[in-house]
Amino acid sequence: MRRRPIFLITVLCFGFAFFYIPILSMMVYSFNGSRLATVWGGFSTKWYVSLFNNRQMMAALLLSLKIAVVSATCATILGTMAGIALARFRRFRGRTLFSGLVTAPLIMPDVITGISSLIFFILLAQWIGWPAQRGFTTITLAHITFSMVYVTTVVQARMSQADRSIEEAAMDLGSKPWQVMWDVTLPVISPAILSGWLLAFTISMDEVVITSFTTGPGSTTLPLLIWSKVKLGVTPDVNALATLTVLVVGVGVAVAGWVLNRAERRRDEDARLAYRANE
Amino acid sequence: MRARLAGWFHRRGWSDLMVALPYLWLVLLFLIPFLLVVAMSVATKTPTAPPFSFGGEYPLVSFADYARLMQDDLYIRAFLTSIGNATLAMVLCLLLGYPMALGLTRVSRSWRNVLLMLVILPFWTSFLLRVYAWMGLMGKNSWFNGLLTEGWNTVVPASWAVTSIPMMNSNFAVVLVMVYTYLPFMILPLYASLERLDPVLDEAAMDLGSRPFRVFLDVTLPQSVPGIIAGGMLVFIPAAGELVIPTLVGNAADPMIGRVISDEFSVATDWPMASAVAVALLLLMVVPMMVYSHYQARSEGGER
Repeated sequence: MRRRPIFLITVLCFGFAFFYIPILSMMVYSFNGSRLATVWGGFSTKWYVSLFNNRQMMAALLLSLKIAVVSATCATILGTMAGIALARFRRFRGRTLFSGLVTAPLIMPDVITGISSLIFFILLAQWIGWPAQRGFTTITLAHITFSMVYVTTVVQARMSQADRSIEEAAMDLGSKPWQVMWDVTLPVISPAILSGWLLAFTISMDEVVITSFTTGPGSTTLPLLIWSKVKLGVTPDVNALATLTVLVVGVGVAVAGWVLNRAERRRDEDARLAYRANE
Repeated sequence: MRARLAGWFHRRGWSDLMVALPYLWLVLLFLIPFLLVVAMSVATKTPTAPPFSFGGEYPLVSFADYARLMQDDLYIRAFLTSIGNATLAMVLCLLLGYPMALGLTRVSRSWRNVLLMLVILPFWTSFLLRVYAWMGLMGKNSWFNGLLTEGWNTVVPASWAVTSIPMMNSNFAVVLVMVYTYLPFMILPLYASLERLDPVLDEAAMDLGSRPFRVFLDVTLPQSVPGIIAGGMLVFIPAAGELVIPTLVGNAADPMIGRVISDEFSVATDWPMASAVAVALLLLMVVPMMVYSHYQARSEGGER
């Protein structure tokens, strides 16, 4: 029997306190009645009321959701293509550059991606007259570009673990290669595609630096709005917004974890039953 | 015509398209904009719109901005501040993240899943709001600052007593928030590499008479080097180019390099200078990136 690792458990407790105390403090202060964000002035839900009555905030949320849905969907399609190509097509022209292009946006600092996109859009507008105005389209294009590589990473990792024998079996049974991809490979990696989409969606909902460079007049996303408010200091309604975000995300992740866990257990159970039936 | 198209699609078109579409996208919207920045860095600033030109005379390009980069105190200090803050954040993440990752491998299976989820959960919430949470804690009137002030005042002699601890708008605040936001990047690769270790090796060293701490130094630590490097680079690289954290909690008089790039671009509208600083930042990060990809390739090679 191992000794109880007291030191490690202590650090773990400290670490989780470090992770969650700031978030909990923010949630408690969202119910603060005082206008001063850091001085307690009794329990109140008025910041939540003012949040829902804030037209600007709701418009920004709506714009962010629109951009996130469109960009996550495009990023998932492009990113999945790239992931399958890198995992399955051993050799094609320009493969080295392609794999470089797929990793570079992951480590490129946001500021540099931001200014390069802005320079690109401004020069493009001058040369061909498009995009005449920056806004929804330019933000979405930029979001697709940096979030598709995350999808690629997830899909590629899943592909390299996947069992190729099913694909080979389908091939032996006379399927055309692209049918194999459509009927076998895609269903097998569908959980990875789904988590890629969710990842792209969250990244897009959260992105502020690149968005601030590619936005135009009248296109304020939720992170941009928070960014401009927070730069001026701590405000109670942002506390309320943060609390709602944490709750929505927390419940979402917990439910997703529970569903995946249950699906996995059921699959294990089915596999066991199948083996028993064979004996 | 349609039949021929369908034939082409079935034979090789589908696979060509699968490569070509994402390839074209990345070339058009990532590579070309990036090359524009590189070209911009050797242009000259002009008061026109857009504010640059490629000189009228031979050799058309100007390295004046790079020369300024090497001489002007502002840029040198910004680079040093960035490297210093990022290195400090990386080391602190390692010191806190390593025992946490090791601890995660020692708890029971059901606990481990819950705790891992708690490590990942902040990833899914807004980065901006996590930085913001610390603004609330570090402010002068906050309960956290009050607690620390009280602690400080009871420890030090009365003449050193303070009414609050000035944490906001300092490099201390930047490093603290960086550690907070990037700690999961350190814990997850470390956990992945520590989880793969065979506990039999530990037991063998134990049986041969090593004390637990020696076992850690001689057996566990050397085997987790790839995880340490991966985690370290995953913290260092984004931290060095960080813009949001220094803008919100940092000291404006002592900016980091991301802030300098953004200000040169938007405030001074000096595109060539902003681009030169950006290229210099990338050159600085090439070394850590190569180290990272070297170890990454090696650890992937080891798995096969």
